[in-house]
Amino acid sequence: MTPGSARKEQIIRLMLAGVAGCSLLFLALIMVFLFMEGLPVFRQLPVTDFLFGMEWRPTAEYPEFGIFPLIAGSAAVTLVASSLAIPLGVMTAVWLTEIAPSTLRRIFKPVIELLAALPSVVVGFFGMAVVAPRTQTFFDLDTGLNLFNAGLMLAFMSVPTICSVAEDALHSVPVSLREASLALGATRWETIIRVVIPAAFSGIGTACMLGMSRSIGETMVVLMVAGGAGIIPSSLFDPIRPMPAAIAAEIAEAPFRGEHYHALFAIGMVLFLFTLAFNLVARRITEKNRLTLN
Amino acid sequence: MFSLLRLAALINLLALLGVCAFLFRNGFSSLSWELISQPPRDAMTAGGVLPCMIGTALLALGALLISFPLGVASAVYLHEYAGDSAFAGYVRLGVNNLAGVPSVVFGLFGLSFFVLTCGFGISLLSGVLTLVILTLPVIISTAEEALRQVPADFRQASLALGATRSQTILRVVLPAAMPGMCTGAILGLARAAGETAAIMFTGAVFFTTKGVNSIFSPVMALPNHIYVLATSGTEIDKTMPLQYGTALLLFLLILLLNLTAVCIRDRRQSG
Repeated sequence: MTPGSARKEQIIRLMLAGVAGCSLLFLALIMVFLFMEGLPVFRQLPVTDFLFGMEWRPTAEYPEFGIFPLIAGSAAVTLVASSLAIPLGVMTAVWLTEIAPSTLRRIFKPVIELLAALPSVVVGFFGMAVVAPRTQTFFDLDTGLNLFNAGLMLAFMSVPTICSVAEDALHSVPVSLREASLALGATRWETIIRVVIPAAFSGIGTACMLGMSRSIGETMVVLMVAGGAGIIPSSLFDPIRPMPAAIAAEIAEAPFRGEHYHALFAIGMVLFLFTLAFNLVARRITEKNRLTLN
Repeated sequence: MFSLLRLAALINLLALLGVCAFLFRNGFSSLSWELISQPPRDAMTAGGVLPCMIGTALLALGALLISFPLGVASAVYLHEYAGDSAFAGYVRLGVNNLAGVPSVVFGLFGLSFFVLTCGFGISLLSGVLTLVILTLPVIISTAEEALRQVPADFRQASLALGATRSQTILRVVLPAAMPGMCTGAILGLARAAGETAAIMFTGAVFFTTKGVNSIFSPVMALPNHIYVLATSGTEIDKTMPLQYGTALLLFLLILLLNLTAVCIRDRRQSG
């Protein structure tokens, strides 16, 4: 290699490194601008009043910016969605890896991927047009747009995430573990429950965290289906206003760089930190698993 | 016991089939030449969705045009050059976290940075740039996966023949990884085309009669159109056929893109 071409290689390497750094730059920019627009709200409002305030009345004569009902809404809808999606997703993943014949598996995998690719606005539309009127008449409710409906639609959206990550985890459990268990006289069911699932436990944990992270951040479904009332839900059929819904519904009307505008960005900050925490925990679990498996 | 697991899988399949069936049953009659060739008329209660289709195509293709080269270059750096260096570790962490950022937060960022700070206004450009950041993680992770599948022999053979590293990547590794990268590109395109929250306040508007004259024009988009028709019309019942038609149209578009991606991947795996 001539000195000239070695230098050229070095330049190419540096340029590619620069491009790769873009992702970091974008993440940093997102954080900077989110905090720059969100933090000013705390000039007039203590952080605790913002986080634990019980009233979200941004357009009232004396506006109040307490986002606790919104956080409660997000938590409630995530809880409902997860309690449906986690068992369903994990069980489907176990079925796919341990039981399903290979032909069925080949049909099912693209189906799960397609489920993951469904645009959220289509799912939200389905919730509004199909699920809402039916739950309303079936349970005799005031409105079909509520916590239950939003949770159901979010579960539908997070099952594919949970299923495919959990499937990867189950798939990476060595066959020798299964064989050893079967050779000791365990049944297939015992092998799955006592050997395979414990071995893949951390991967399944990651799957659940990622699924929940998706539920918290999902916007269109909760905007269209959750009902939009900023109250702390007391029953499964109360309308709620999760954080992403509040941002998406109000940002267009909020006066530029007014208190309401800053408050909405501050909600964005909270949302960002929530999902960041979920993702970091999920990653941590995976890394820990990698260490123990080696 | 096994039937319990089978039931779970069955529920997923039925849920997907249910959604498809409802969309098709109610939307099929609204699919017409008029829907895809006319702009909306009579306060959006009649006519078609042509401007939304153009807007969605411009937004998604524009985003891909920028994010695909960026993503492929990042993946090449991560897989072919960086290895396990600390910088690469940080980049991977960044990509992973970027993938987990909720789309509404991308929208907020786009509003604050592209629309207001850069002064692009609510425009095609702001929408495209927001979607670039949103699709970048998908492109990077699928491109890196594609590079991982290229056998090390290929690289060694090329290097042994006296090619430099960059020649090897350009002439040997990238062509071999291209089908996998295309799969990623199509998935990114599908993600961008179906995205709503990120373009709601950066690029898309409820209604505009002006066409797209420049990159600074606001556009209409299919996902946004569905949302607007379903929530803020004065005559929601009257637009119901249009809503189902538009939803079905978007669904078919995403379905087509995903099937293409799956086909490309399967052909490569069997070939």
